[in-house]
Amino acid sequence: MQFKPYARTLAAALSLALVAGCSSTGGTQDGSMDGSRDGADGSGVSSGQVSGSGLGGTAGSDQQADGRIPQQRTIYFEFDSDRIRSEFEPVLAANARYLRDNGGARVVLQGHTDERGTREYNMALGERRAGAVEDFLSVQGVSPSQVEVVSYGEERPAARGQNEDAYAQNRRVVFAY
Amino acid sequence: MKPLMTAWLTACLLLLSQLAQAQANLTIEITRGNERATPIAVVPFAGGEDLPEDVAQVIHDDLERSGYFDPLPRRQMMDTPSEGDQVRYGDWRALDVRYLVVGTASRDGDGYRLRYELLDISGERRMLGEVVTASEGELRGAAHYASDQIFEAITGIRGAFSTRIAYVTSQGVGDDMQFALYVADADGRNSQQVLSSREPILSPAWSPDGGKLAYVSFETERPAIYIQDLASGQRVRASSFEGINGAPAWSPDGRRLAMSLSKDGQPEIYVMDVGSRDLQRITNDSAIDTEPSWSPDGGSLVFTSDRSGGPQLYRHDFASGEQERLTFTGNYNARGRFAPDGESLFLIHRSNNGYQVARQDLESGRLVTLSDSGSEESPSVAPNGTMVIFATQQGNSGVLGAVTADGRASFRLPSAQGDVREPAWSPFLN
Repeated sequence: MQFKPYARTLAAALSLALVAGCSSTGGTQDGSMDGSRDGADGSGVSSGQVSGSGLGGTAGSDQQADGRIPQQRTIYFEFDSDRIRSEFEPVLAANARYLRDNGGARVVLQGHTDERGTREYNMALGERRAGAVEDFLSVQGVSPSQVEVVSYGEERPAARGQNEDAYAQNRRVVFAY
Repeated sequence: MKPLMTAWLTACLLLLSQLAQAQANLTIEITRGNERATPIAVVPFAGGEDLPEDVAQVIHDDLERSGYFDPLPRRQMMDTPSEGDQVRYGDWRALDVRYLVVGTASRDGDGYRLRYELLDISGERRMLGEVVTASEGELRGAAHYASDQIFEAITGIRGAFSTRIAYVTSQGVGDDMQFALYVADADGRNSQQVLSSREPILSPAWSPDGGKLAYVSFETERPAIYIQDLASGQRVRASSFEGINGAPAWSPDGRRLAMSLSKDGQPEIYVMDVGSRDLQRITNDSAIDTEPSWSPDGGSLVFTSDRSGGPQLYRHDFASGEQERLTFTGNYNARGRFAPDGESLFLIHRSNNGYQVARQDLESGRLVTLSDSGSEESPSVAPNGTMVIFATQQGNSGVLGAVTADGRASFRLPSAQGDVREPAWSPFLN
């Protein structure tokens, strides 16, 4: 697995665009990525990844009440990529808003990879993914003191199996409050 | 106390004691034999039927697993001599056997006395003859010792059957997982738990004297490098900086630990003086630098870096401070490990066939793949350089596999429970 070196810059640029109120159409630069993988739409998978569940309200993830931890706390990545996919920008925005509105809240961004490749290299790739999310939050005005990155590499798969569906569920960053 | 209560408590205590001795023994399945392996026969030892271990079978299995030998199945043996004087060489020549191992076993006080001989069939001569005494618990060890002597007498290469392997097991998914670190004999038997945790454990590394393991544990919910003394169980936390503390690798003199730390923002290679904890930074760039491995002479480190865009192996030379790229075949080469002679590297190479164990000759740069399943990681080299153990998949389970350094023979070590991975082959222990 390898990530494009410009991915972090791209993530920062995308989040800037979001702050500016644009409807981002990011990701088009990354022509090598197939953006339509099954099972990675962020809905319903990977429950139980974080503590504090049950606090979420019924509102959509981009319309959270101030005091509530956003319901959606997991975002997914493409193979070989730490690029923030546009469909997950609302999830990041909701979590960023929650952290901004709750200065005492702390979050651990848990970075994960799929099982392919070597373990310590994947540890580094998981950190890069979580780092891309950290950059995004920072650009959205979240204080660095509220955010910590911990990479789990391929050590904690959300789904078992050697198929693209399982791999897609495992390439993720989880907001652990 | 009521009898029922007592029975319940007894059951609980029994369960607890079983847990305390948790084992994760591995079994051996030969997956590919070496067509050019040397025919040998290991005759059942006279008196061996009274032993708790079939020592001749242990020797047979050791030699077969090495890939250097093709032991004759017992059912094809016409005769079962137990001493060299009884051997009718012509009979064994007719079976195409080139070497013969015979022996006797008997009780000796509280323990056992094993006598074995190695015979050269074509030369009609005795190559080895030795008596070994062992307690019951040492019987397999005594057999591995005999295998070492036999292997070296024939091949000229020091045997590595008396070595051990460390490995990690895991069960479950997501937040509900259980991890354990084990040490077992090189044949997967006699496993002992070193650590268990609900948080990940990875990257075990043997100290050069075989007495300690360094490893990464997430037990504080953050990665940290620990050093544990295997005899006493005592351990220290050697590195717990912010971010990744990973990929520990002992220097050949056992005084330093190379590692990957991301405290500077991205993973960099550092060398820690184990005594003083002083750190020396080896890499300094915005790329990932991880998976260091020492050259046998201690003069250089090989490591994985994606400074060229994807993971490739680089070498840092301590004397000159220079760093050079070593791998150019394909776009994914990672986790290099030196062969004991320092002339080649074992690594994980990605091709159209997936992630495979490969060997690259350092002089010529030529790379050959050794394994064939395509989902391999964590190669670790036997101290005599004849085999590489690695992690692979069988069905949906992680298992250990091993392949000879020439790729001709391979075997697997499946486990009865859970996934097994992260094998680390010990140095010579005797």
